Formats: sequence, C-alpha cells, structure tokens
Amino acid sequence: MSADTTPAKDPGATGTGNPPVDGSELIRFDHVTKRFGTNTVLDRLDFSVDSGKHVTLIGPSGSGKTTILRLLMTLTKPDEGTIRVGGQYLTHEERNGRLVPAGEKHVREVRRNIGMVFQQFNLFPNMKVLRNVTEAPVTVLGLSKDEAEARARELLDMVGLGDRCDAYPTQLSGGQQQRVAIARALAMRPQVLLLDEVTSALDPELVAGVLDVLRDIARSTDITMLCVTHEMNFARDISDQVLMFDSGRVIESGPPERIFSDPEHERTREFLGAVR
Amino acid sequence: MTWDWGAVADFMPHFRDGLLVTLQALVLGSLISFVLGLVWALLMRAPSRWVRWPVGAATEFVRNTPLLVQLFFLFYVLPEWDITFSALTTGVVAIGLHYSTYTMQVYRAGIEAVPVGQWEAATALNLPLRRTWTAVILPQAIRRVVPALGNYVISMLKDTPLLMAITVLDMLGEARLFSQQNFQFTEPLTVIGVAFVLISYPASLLMRALERRLVR
Repeated sequence: MSADTTPAKDPGATGTGNPPVDGSELIRFDHVTKRFGTNTVLDRLDFSVDSGKHVTLIGPSGSGKTTILRLLMTLTKPDEGTIRVGGQYLTHEERNGRLVPAGEKHVREVRRNIGMVFQQFNLFPNMKVLRNVTEAPVTVLGLSKDEAEARARELLDMVGLGDRCDAYPTQLSGGQQQRVAIARALAMRPQVLLLDEVTSALDPELVAGVLDVLRDIARSTDITMLCVTHEMNFARDISDQVLMFDSGRVIESGPPERIFSDPEHERTREFLGAVR
Repeated sequence: MTWDWGAVADFMPHFRDGLLVTLQALVLGSLISFVLGLVWALLMRAPSRWVRWPVGAATEFVRNTPLLVQLFFLFYVLPEWDITFSALTTGVVAIGLHYSTYTMQVYRAGIEAVPVGQWEAATALNLPLRRTWTAVILPQAIRRVVPALGNYVISMLKDTPLLMAITVLDMLGEARLFSQQNFQFTEPLTVIGVAFVLISYPASLLMRALERRLVR
C-alpha cells in the first residue's frame, strides 16, 4: 500500500485518455455512462481505485454512487464505457484483439474477485446462519464442507456471532444479520468488498456494532473497500480517499482529512453541511 | 324413508374399492400436477420465446377447456392413434395435466414473490444459475405456495368423481353402481359424502400445519 492516497490523475477531469493499467491499480472506470430511461445517472465517468485502498463515495442521493457498486457487482450493465478489475474487463472480453460483450463464463471469472454487502442484508432466509456463509465457498470455490464450516465459524467469531451459527436469519436483529452478511461476503475471499449503505436499514443503536466490525476488517486485512455511506464519521475513520459525487461525476476527491475539513468545491461544502 | 345400517354394511366392501381408487387418483394426480406445474413455470421463464410461446399456448388451452372434455379426449381419441392406457392411468394423467396448468400459476407467483435482493445476493456470491434456483429461489418460492397448492389438492379431490365418465369406479362410481343394483340410494351416497369431508378436512388441517411450519 503506497502512502500516496490520491489517484494518478484527477478522476473528475475530462479527456484523461486511457493510461495503461499499472500493477497497483485494481479498479478502473473509463468513460462509463449509465442511463435509466432519460435520466443519465453516470456521465462518462473515469475513476480508479488502487489495490488495498479504502475508498468512500459520498454525495447527494441520486448522484450515482450506488450505481457504481452495482455496475462492479454486475447487477446492472453500463450503457457505454468499460470497467476493469485487476486489469480484466468486467463486462467485455477481448477476442481477436477486439472488445466484445462478455460471456457468462468470463463475467463469472472476473466477478470472483468482488464481494458485496447490501443495504437490506439479503441473507438467504431458508438457510441457517452457518450455511449462509458456507453455501458459496462449497458450491463456487469447491471447498469441502468441513473446511468451509471451519472458515465460516472463524469469520462468524470475528463478527461476534460465533454462537448464532444455528439460528435462522429472521431470528437475528438487523445488525446481527448485517454482520452475517459481511462474514458471508468475506468467506469468498474477494479482493474488493463493496459496501452499499450497509447501515442505512439499521436501528440507530445497532449501527455501531456493524461499523466496528468493518473498522476491524479495514485495519486487519488488505482488502480493497469501496463504500457508499452517509456515516461521515465512519468515512473519515476508515477511508484513504473520499470521492464526492454530483450528477454522475466525481467533482472532488482526496484524503478524508482534506475533504471533510477543507473542501474545495462549493457543492461538497453544501453537502457536508447538510449531512452533519 | 328409513336409514338401513344393513345397506351401509353391504356397501362397505365396494366403498373400500372406490376409496382406494379415489385416493390413488388424488395422490398421483397431485404429484403429477406439482411436478408438471413447476416444469411449466420454469419453462415460461426460459430466455427463448420459442420455448415460452408453445408452453404458454398449450397450458392456456388446457386450462380453458373442461377437465371432462380432456378425460373423454384422452380416453376415446388417443386409442385411435394406438396409444392406450388403463382407464385409471388415463384419468390420473388427465387430472394431473389439467391441474398442472393451475399450479404453474401458483409457482409463478411464488417465484416472483422472492425478493430481487435474493437474486442479487446469489450473483454477488457468484452462485451458478442452477444452484441459485435449487438452493435459494425455489426453496423460498415453494414454501410460499404450499397453502395455494393445498387448495388445489382439495379441488382435485372434488373432481375425482369425473373419472366415472371414463368407466373408473371411484367412490361415487361405486356408490352409484351399488344404488342401482340395490335400489338403496341414501346410504351409499351419504357414506361417500361423509368420506369426502373426512378426507378433505384433515387434508386442509395438514396443509395449515405445514404452512405454519414452512412459512418463516
């Protein structure tokens, strides 16, 4: 992890061209446009995230933050532009030197590196907690049941739920469910963890437990985190870099200390004033 | 009119035969309709409209023609093409097929009721499509539709007397035969009426118990 927390180029600038993917760059968006009907959510967006960095996306709702996570998780497709993860195209693949829309096999392979935690947890209610965490490692990574369970118990211990392995998700509080969801995502050993407003659906008194777990993970692992949140204190705590979004573009980016204490952009100032 | 317990006793052996046929038709018809309905529901979600279209048209056709007509068709027309089954087999297949066009709608609703977040979580975990269906979507969908499927079982039970039309002697068939031979109508018809209630009421209790266990 380098000390320099800002990307090589100002991601908000237009016409940045197509710099080669260097070793430390893990995620790269090039001219990504996403429209929903006539509403352009992302407008020729360029930005990159270096490996091991913790990046927080902030900005008013509807500014396209969540869409970025959903594009990376392949839950939605870009209308234009390309996304690369670890140098590999996510929604395209190269065939005979040309970029063509990616086949299912290619998408699955690139997607292996990415995990996501959702606002609504999305645990599988038909499976006990332990099986929620072991299901994908067994069926996707091919781990043996014992191996997967041992790892799952370790992860559940880490999120403080080692004793709830045999509970069903609906028997847990929201905060506990979200911590299981975090363990479930980590069980796949992704390089990138996407966190989509993971505390927004929680009762206020349950938020702290979830954020503590994420702080731990941010500190103790070298996983790259991409986080959409309205918890500014948390953003300040864990991020190396904060990206301020407005109208589908990055209007400002930098280390949290600077963005939060001395924002350059008027919109950033307004936004921070409103959420504080 | 007097109630004759002797007639009830005389009817009992015939009743037992009829009961067996009714239960066979009910159980096998239910199984066929549960399995086929799921197959139709899944085919209707196929990416190709060359699959969806024929399945949709065929099931729409079956759903909108009377079961009695289908029974006659399978029983009298199929043999002309040298396809022959026993009357009971034909009846079971007809009932199962007919009701599968209803259960497919039930499954469809159940599948659509699974929140989109479940699909997204499966994608995020990179689960293969087949595994997403078998481990995530269907267990949740089927849990939701058990009560509705149960209603169709009761409905099927009440349609089994139609089998009489293709010479299958179910409970009603046996009762009618007995009545005509002995000129005693009250006792056998009452016995089978009570039997229908005794089958369907516990069945609906069972469904309710199952529902309470499954719906979480």
